[in-house]
Amino acid sequence: MSRFQTGLRSAVLALGAIAFLFPFYYMIIGSLQTKQDPSLGGAFPNPSNLTGANYAAINDRINLFSGLLNSGIFTAGVLICTLVFGVLVGYALAVLQWRGRGVTFALALLVQVVPFQLLIIPLYVLITRNYGLSDNYLGMILPFAINSTAVIVFRQYFLQLPKELFEAARIDGASEFKLLWRIALPLVRPALVTAALLTFIGPWNEFLWPFLITKDASMQPLAVSLASYISNVAASTANPFGASLAGAVVLAAPVVILFLVFQRYFISTDLGSSVKG
Amino acid sequence: MGSLDGSPYVVAPKRKRHLFGRNPLGLLFSAPYLVFVLAVFAYPLGFAIYIAFHDYFFTAPGAVVSRPFVGLQNFIDAFTDPDVIRSFGNVGIFLIINVPLTVVFSLVLASGLNRAVHLKAFYRVAYYIPYLTASVAIVAVWLFLFNGSGLVNQILGPLAPNPSWLVNSSLAMPSIALFVTWKQMGFYILLYLAALQNVPNELYEAAATDGAGAIRKFFSVTVPGVRPATVLVLLVSTVTGANLFTEPYLLTNGGGPNGSSTSPVLLMYQKGIEQGHPDEASAIGVVLVILVLIIAWLQNRFAGGRD
Repeated sequence: MSRFQTGLRSAVLALGAIAFLFPFYYMIIGSLQTKQDPSLGGAFPNPSNLTGANYAAINDRINLFSGLLNSGIFTAGVLICTLVFGVLVGYALAVLQWRGRGVTFALALLVQVVPFQLLIIPLYVLITRNYGLSDNYLGMILPFAINSTAVIVFRQYFLQLPKELFEAARIDGASEFKLLWRIALPLVRPALVTAALLTFIGPWNEFLWPFLITKDASMQPLAVSLASYISNVAASTANPFGASLAGAVVLAAPVVILFLVFQRYFISTDLGSSVKG
Repeated sequence: MGSLDGSPYVVAPKRKRHLFGRNPLGLLFSAPYLVFVLAVFAYPLGFAIYIAFHDYFFTAPGAVVSRPFVGLQNFIDAFTDPDVIRSFGNVGIFLIINVPLTVVFSLVLASGLNRAVHLKAFYRVAYYIPYLTASVAIVAVWLFLFNGSGLVNQILGPLAPNPSWLVNSSLAMPSIALFVTWKQMGFYILLYLAALQNVPNELYEAAATDGAGAIRKFFSVTVPGVRPATVLVLLVSTVTGANLFTEPYLLTNGGGPNGSSTSPVLLMYQKGIEQGHPDEASAIGVVLVILVLIIAWLQNRFAGGRD
């Protein structure tokens, strides 16, 4: 009975893993095929049908390097703003006593339930029409600049630090900036990594917003240029699926690699509690 | 407190009653974030509602034009368009497929994962990777898998639908719902996994003593034990569904065939930005958000229990 259950559980888990991983395997295989082979045999690597030409083909059409660079600048801008300003608020919310603290914390929670779809039109009007920031990195970064989930993660980690630590340092005459920089930050390094990873995924994968405000192909992040290739240009390429799959591999690889390297920082409880606030 | 005066160990702000509290520096530290929230959330939120009730159109920067208050006219214009009604119906179809599948599969996989002995880390990674990957990248491989002569139809052989999945007007929306269910599942599995840590082991032992089998334990201990997480999963998956844009835009080539997979956000883009009617688009957005709030309230009411 128990052995049967264990076997059943392993089978379900393994089936799940196959269902989740197979499309990624197939993405890589498909991106390496000279001639697209959708048959069952095509799911296995075939040495006579292997090529890197799809990567060259997609690079011809959408310039992978500039796409990656734009995605990188967009993501780095969000990361820097979140790490600098997010840490400051997180610290203020957890450690400092000031008027407006409760309201600020409530705002950080509330922001996470404000649906982005309602903000699309006003943000588009404000950023492209009023501020003239279309086709501009600042315009891309602005709506995502400080990730509120990261703010909550920072707050939670700072809260876990013992109060005596801060009192002792204050008595020794340390300024709040020094306290934050020298004492608190080094102790919450894991939170920095967790929050940085959480934040990274957002802008790197974001499609709708940069799609709305970048019309100039040389300014588009990779997700946007690949999408416009898939929806408009693909049909005119010799192996359209191969080329778009090659682009997909390039877009997916940085996030997947980062996750594999830093996966121990994606602790499920963190994630759950950060969402629940 | 006054007794400390004159000693070198004074913590100055502690004694004074500051206008901004004991550490006014807190406000300074939070100022950038507060400005950000006001500029990117609060103001646009008000602006969205303003646009929805006015005759709003795009102008060159600085141009002065009159944008009269038009009451509910934008709402009437938007919701007399059958495409808009259809897009809301499509989200309904999406939610009916996506939400139950998400709850059932993520809870089953999470409780399996929770008890697994071998390969636990591997499974966690495997389940989470689709959630981390950009939709645009995954769309590319789904288009390859689900096109007319794709691998899925090759395996199905004579059972393959005709016309194929994404170009079939009755299968396009369900295909999108399956895509999103698959892609987001990892996030919900991790949520449930966290929730399962809070279900006391004694409950399982007590149930076993009472002679409950594995299935009985699942329904009598696990399911009620993770109820707060279920409420959260319902809420997040509903909001995700209402936000649908990338998938109908790319997977079914802009909500095709014949509008059978349009989503409200896709129409907001088409009407508001492509066709220059931001006022109607904003009206759609306002209605969409109100509907999501109603659904969320109902879910909380009926799935949330007393806590």
